[in-house]
Amino acid sequence: MEETHVHAVYEAIAPHFSNTRYKPWPLVEKFLLEQEKGSIGVDVGCGNGKYIRYNHVYLMGCDRSLNLVEIARKETSERKNNGDVFTSDGLNVPIRPVDFAISIAVIHHFHTPERRIEAIRHVLSKVKKGGKAMFYVWALEQKNARANFNVEKKQDVMVPYVVPTTKEVHERYYHLYKENELLLDAQEAGGTIVDHGYERDNWYVIVTH
Amino acid sequence: MKLLTTNFVQCAVKSCSSSSNCFPLHFTECELVHEDLEFDEDFIKNVMVKIDWPALLSVTRDIGNNSLPEEKPNIESCDEQVLRDLHLVLLETQIKDGKMICKNCDHLYHIKNTIPNFLLPPHLA
Ligand SMILES: [Zn+2]
Repeated sequence: MEETHVHAVYEAIAPHFSNTRYKPWPLVEKFLLEQEKGSIGVDVGCGNGKYIRYNHVYLMGCDRSLNLVEIARKETSERKNNGDVFTSDGLNVPIRPVDFAISIAVIHHFHTPERRIEAIRHVLSKVKKGGKAMFYVWALEQKNARANFNVEKKQDVMVPYVVPTTKEVHERYYHLYKENELLLDAQEAGGTIVDHGYERDNWYVIVTH
Repeated sequence: MKLLTTNFVQCAVKSCSSSSNCFPLHFTECELVHEDLEFDEDFIKNVMVKIDWPALLSVTRDIGNNSLPEEKPNIESCDEQVLRDLHLVLLETQIKDGKMICKNCDHLYHIKNTIPNFLLPPHLA
């Protein structure tokens, strides 16, 4: 499921996908700006590296998709950003613990509750005690037009991604989170909730441990 | 791959995570490139607090750079040139291509076009 409907899709749509994903989300930006100068962080599922742009921190981004990581490398290098990128699995990020972590629009691609909780637990294990991790997932309760794909309000869905130039359709798997579900998953993963809320069709949570 | 990153990455093989030998990795056949980045004194000072100095020395020796002192510089009392030298080593020096080997299990990781690959083959994942 994740191999065909997540990994392979991102590898295939990387160049176009990256062009549509440039604007940092305001609350992620706020979280990053709050980190102390010289803090070391990890971005699990960094995609095109759009959050590796704040030079007061050193953010290491990782992603399964080499095509996306190559784009992230090029972009961050052109922007003269601190930080770095590498390829790794989201459930096996090979680093010793750092000061903070983000994982934005990633956890919803894991297809069982156990793997989603494990993914959160793994990210938390990469943050020093007392450090914070921020997670964003797509919400079931969506308010904009994109929600049309899901009139039946199913939580486990395939979302078509159409490459405009070729009209190729790729189906991506998502688990759409209900209100409070992310909080419960984060607590189950051993996290203590610092902040949480809803922004732009997504639930987010900031967790410490 | 910036040298600062080498101070955080370790072997991805699960059975190695409990071994003290999984960090730092051993670097070999490395080709380096230089990339200019803006120097920020406070940034480097704060980063230095988090640096595992013996691990950094191990990696710099692996890549043939013997410029760093045996003891971690005292960042509060050192002069600006020391911090600029650290900036050069940690942030501006990149491994373009090379290999990383786990000292515990001998697994080999590749760095290609400045990107290290920590994805494991199926039998190890
Ligand atoms: Zn190993």
